[in-house]
Amino acid sequence: MIRSIQKMFNLQKVIPICSIMIGILFILAIFAPLIAPNDPIAVNMAYKLQPPSMDFPLGTDQLGRCNLSRILYGARISLGFAILIFVSSILIGLIVGTFSGYKGGWVDHVLMRFCDGVMAFPSLILILGLVGIFGPGLTQVILALMLVQWVYYARMFRGMVLSLKEQNFIVAARVSGSSKWKIIKNHIVPNVLPPLIVMGTLEMGWAIMDISAMSFLGLGVQAPTPEWGAMIHEGKSYIRTNPELMLYPGLIIMVVIVTFNLLGEALSERYGVKRRF
Amino acid sequence: MSRLKIEESNVLEVKDLHVHVKTKNGVTPLVQDLNLELKRGSVLGLVGESGCGKTVTSMSILQLLDRKTSKIEGSITLKGRELNGLSDKEMRKIRGKDIAFIMQNPMNAFTPVFTIGHQFVESIRTHRSCSKKQATELAINAMHQVNLPNPGQLLNYYPFQLSGGMLQRVMIAIAASTHPAVIIADEPTTALDVKNQKKVLCHLDKIRSEYGSAILLISHDLGVISEMADEVAVMQNGRIVEKADVFQLFDEPQHEYTKKLLLARPLLHVNQPIIPLA
Amino acid sequence: MSLLQVNKVTHSYGSRTFFNWKDRPKKVLSDISFSIEEGTCLGILGSSGAGKSTLGKVILGLERPQCGQVLFQGHDIYKVDKHTLHKIRRDLQVVFQDSYSSVNPRMTAERIIAEPLENFEKLTVGEQKRTVVELLERVGLSETDLKKYPYQFSGGQLQRINIARAISLKPKLIVLDESVSSLDMVNQTLILDLLSELKKDLGLSYFFITHDIKAAYTISDSLGILENGELVEIYDSKDHFFTSELSEVKEMRDSILAEHPRYRTVRAR
Repeated sequence: MIRSIQKMFNLQKVIPICSIMIGILFILAIFAPLIAPNDPIAVNMAYKLQPPSMDFPLGTDQLGRCNLSRILYGARISLGFAILIFVSSILIGLIVGTFSGYKGGWVDHVLMRFCDGVMAFPSLILILGLVGIFGPGLTQVILALMLVQWVYYARMFRGMVLSLKEQNFIVAARVSGSSKWKIIKNHIVPNVLPPLIVMGTLEMGWAIMDISAMSFLGLGVQAPTPEWGAMIHEGKSYIRTNPELMLYPGLIIMVVIVTFNLLGEALSERYGVKRRF
Repeated sequence: MSRLKIEESNVLEVKDLHVHVKTKNGVTPLVQDLNLELKRGSVLGLVGESGCGKTVTSMSILQLLDRKTSKIEGSITLKGRELNGLSDKEMRKIRGKDIAFIMQNPMNAFTPVFTIGHQFVESIRTHRSCSKKQATELAINAMHQVNLPNPGQLLNYYPFQLSGGMLQRVMIAIAASTHPAVIIADEPTTALDVKNQKKVLCHLDKIRSEYGSAILLISHDLGVISEMADEVAVMQNGRIVEKADVFQLFDEPQHEYTKKLLLARPLLHVNQPIIPLA
Repeated sequence: MSLLQVNKVTHSYGSRTFFNWKDRPKKVLSDISFSIEEGTCLGILGSSGAGKSTLGKVILGLERPQCGQVLFQGHDIYKVDKHTLHKIRRDLQVVFQDSYSSVNPRMTAERIIAEPLENFEKLTVGEQKRTVVELLERVGLSETDLKKYPYQFSGGQLQRINIARAISLKPKLIVLDESVSSLDMVNQTLILDLLSELKKDLGLSYFFITHDIKAAYTISDSLGILENGELVEIYDSKDHFFTSELSEVKEMRDSILAEHPRYRTVRAR
């Protein structure tokens, strides 16, 4: 039986399947206004806590809002901002880390000690602290996340640049007459890219998790904006009578994060195999 | 009667060894139809280019190949005892004690986070019940045998603090400390300086003559083979193409591949008159 | 004027850092002077740690020595301006010991060999490809290897690619830093033969660094012995190696392995 499960997770299948699923997710998020059957924030007390029906495919919540529509619109927030965090933290991390690694000396020391300091705190606590300073709200949460996540990437890129610097092919490139920028463009970046892509997929999962966690705590998204974590928070009170209010957003969070993580793992295995030296 | 005697002195016998490995593309044979005999106190040189199967052979004897992907067929007997198919538990008792292994890169043979002394003593106490103090004494003695200076102090060093040549000698000391019946030396001189190569070979020879250990010496360097071997087996693509007494091999090579190997070396003709090859 | 003139080069490693107060700088090279003429090969013999690789880097213009000069074609390579240094780079190339780490694992053989061409020549795509194919064939590989990646080649083949890259601009001097030490016997001889051929055909000069006397003797015209950072001897003719009375050289001679079991010294026969 284990064999058949193992066979299911064949590398060749995982990557395309996960990519397609993520593609579908993004399409759903982008076209949410066209796909969603109802207005996600339309309150209608007459229809509250309805089971699934033709008008409300997943039923309604305690304020009569369509669950499905809220989930679809929630995807826009979660996925959209996750991308923003992912891109910004990797970019900042890339710039700081590469600079630090190449320069070396005391600049490197100071920057890395700063990163170590930030990394010493569990990220969620740090984010909570920052949100506490900035105040609650989606923008504030996003800002806090951006400020915290880049340090991990900076450390990672610095490490990679350090080990690459010593490789003979960089020296050979210098001897061949290549300029510093050409070396960075042709030699350093392509070797740094595969782990970057892998980290990116895993990072998406984390970002979604963090946004939802903050919203669940009531610190991120403010009502009535639909967001998965916030929906779980609102559904808490109805856990005995209508558990689906928590289940739907919970399930979708799980599916999305697992998909991203599977893709990341599969990509890392595939890219790991290719770099055979 | 005399026939029994000959078999008795064959410390290691490998008969009809076939090794294949399962890959994505099917089953690939690594070693085929391999037959070897090692007599007590003698040196068998195993020569060939990289990738010909020399290391696979030594790994098969030590039963260190990945059981899930590779299959070993044939008989491997050590002093009459069959090794192929033995459980890992049984093999562990034999490895390091009856068969010692000397690797190519001494840096990789040691764990970087423990001192040499720690690893040496651990090895000794795995095969022999004795106190730490006794094991340390044994270790110091063994290191004296390979002319390592200040063994007591050396035991407190970490692997990265020693040079390649010294580490290789420590490996030989560890191998010798159990007076093994067979020593498999896989390219023991390749990672070393020319200066250290001869010294390491001398130490190996000392162990051979003092304890009667048989040596399976794997190398691509015919100079190493010239210096050490009694018999030579030439490997190509997983098979032995020629097996002969060392003098015979150098004077009258039979197989085309052997001739090619003999011709493809940079020669100095330095301490000998130029000898034309047949 | 010699192609390469090295004058009294001295260099040490390691300065006090925040964490290593007690570390005193280690002298790696002391007062090294020698010259290489066009079309000749100087072999430098030394055990590991003697400073050979550092000397190679100093000559390539990668590591500025603390004292001394390196004159290539009359220019002091550490004093010239960037523009001249760039021009000098054409004529000064290198082949390292580890063929695998000398190539970018994410580049095809074609791009690896073409890199120096891209930096100095203005060729069209077609001309560049043709030149690369010619180079590949010159070193014993073929056109089919153009689009292959490093992991698809053996150590010996990769070293040929490194050589192809080094000769692509028809340089004057190539630094060969233990270039054959990682290869097995057969490949060593093949690569040494290739290098000798190229030396004759292209009029190259070599600076051959190694610990292996046999390899050095095969390809060099003159020999130098490096011991603890000092150039203890230089021979204009390599045969002097066998007549020198210096203890370090005697030790080296004694450690040469026998070429026939008849002359073995390890086994007492």
